[in-house]
Amino acid sequence: MTTIPAASSTSTTAGAKAHARAQEAEAAASGAPDAVVPAESWAGQIAADKSDVVWAETVAGGSYAHRVLAAGSSVRLTDIAGDACASVLLYNADAPWERLNVADTAKVQWQVYTAPGQLLLSDQGRVLASVVDDTSGHHDILYGTSAEARNVERYGDGAPEGASPAGRELFAVAAAKNGLGRRDIAPSMSFFQGVTIDAEGSPTFTGSSGPGGSITLRTEMPVIMLVVNAAHPLDPREEYIASPLEIVAWRDRRTDPSDPRWVATPEGRRAFENTADYLKGRGIA
Amino acid sequence: MSDFGVEISRETVAARAPWSATLKAGQILTIVDVDGNQAVDFLAYDAADTSRAYSAQATLQGQSSVYLTVGSVLRDNEYDPLLTLIADEVGRHDTLGGACSKESNTLRYGHHTYGQHACAENFMREISRYGMGKRDHVSNVNWYMNVPVDPDGALGIVDGISAPGLSLSLRAEKDTLVLVSNCPQINNPCNGFDPSRAEMIIWSGGADV
Repeated sequence: MTTIPAASSTSTTAGAKAHARAQEAEAAASGAPDAVVPAESWAGQIAADKSDVVWAETVAGGSYAHRVLAAGSSVRLTDIAGDACASVLLYNADAPWERLNVADTAKVQWQVYTAPGQLLLSDQGRVLASVVDDTSGHHDILYGTSAEARNVERYGDGAPEGASPAGRELFAVAAAKNGLGRRDIAPSMSFFQGVTIDAEGSPTFTGSSGPGGSITLRTEMPVIMLVVNAAHPLDPREEYIASPLEIVAWRDRRTDPSDPRWVATPEGRRAFENTADYLKGRGIA
Repeated sequence: MSDFGVEISRETVAARAPWSATLKAGQILTIVDVDGNQAVDFLAYDAADTSRAYSAQATLQGQSSVYLTVGSVLRDNEYDPLLTLIADEVGRHDTLGGACSKESNTLRYGHHTYGQHACAENFMREISRYGMGKRDHVSNVNWYMNVPVDPDGALGIVDGISAPGLSLSLRAEKDTLVLVSNCPQINNPCNGFDPSRAEMIIWSGGADV
């Protein structure tokens, strides 16, 4: 016969309920939560009305975040302590088989390095998001994120519940929560850990620009945004190092034809034109 | 009987057309640039699990250059080897630029190019024959395409460095589905502005390769 242990505070449904309900107040006294809800109560500073903040979250190293965002949202990513690596995937929220295409993003714009003005292009010749501000300059569109097998090889483990989660495994969980599967995890872009390519085609890992670097994206279509904060695959350090990433998003405006960015390049102008017609036809703009 | 074993098949891919085959582990695929400077867009999938697609990013993580050459291992998205480049008479191939598409052509050259045939069309049609769809279409290898990256990050498709009759050979590390779009692009030098033939030879694989 099983011995029933002495009654604790959670030995009854009423006790368990009281225990659960006491936790919010206890946590509030102990520091900032991972996600600020409602987001408009976020305590930081942005150049917008606080009531427009829709997403405020701190993503621990080795973790992920995801959100569906309307067209015309600003998303600021900040490398709080200098060792974040934000790998990002974007999908058309209404038809997620249209997604970020890093090859087209580099090829169409004749440039592999990320800077303000860069357009994050879909495979359908449209602009999913644009880079509006960047204080880091250390980014990478070529190498993507880590796979579990490679993290096992490098660190001994690649599982999300372990100490060195593989970016692809984190993407798989974030994708699943949006109805997407492993087939949807296309090549990604990474922010805050840089790679440069020399004249022979060899990469140099330039790492972080230091604590506090940020990049701000503007969504140009309704998007599903997946963000993974995992050590960059070219990070040469023996230890798996990934520090917290802050995400703040607020309601803003899409780029329109009056914006100098609309006509900054002929390729970009045509991408914006394709996007505008699509959104108009879809009843969004 | 060559070093690559017994010839199993030899097919010519017409200009602008797709092609595909399933290689058994150990078999070798030779791709011949028959008429010279013809970009041969190339995708690969684990034949036993097509969710494991070729990954340009995993492939680059496993080597010390952004270009493909002899010894390059083409990896799937889980970092597993699919194919190894075991012979190459050209020296350098691209996996940064991806495929051309009607949609990206409108950005690169103008809305007037939307009606032109493109590699994405070939790939979409060919992967559909294996039960795959749009989600499975990922960034590919461009054999015989010359895409330098300048020190300032400028990347572009420039004149090719291949020539008529040059070839490369890939050994399958596991049973691998391989698909080709013989690139129909006419707006840049990737095909010398004149799309041409490619030859695909499958070998049994030899003991020494």
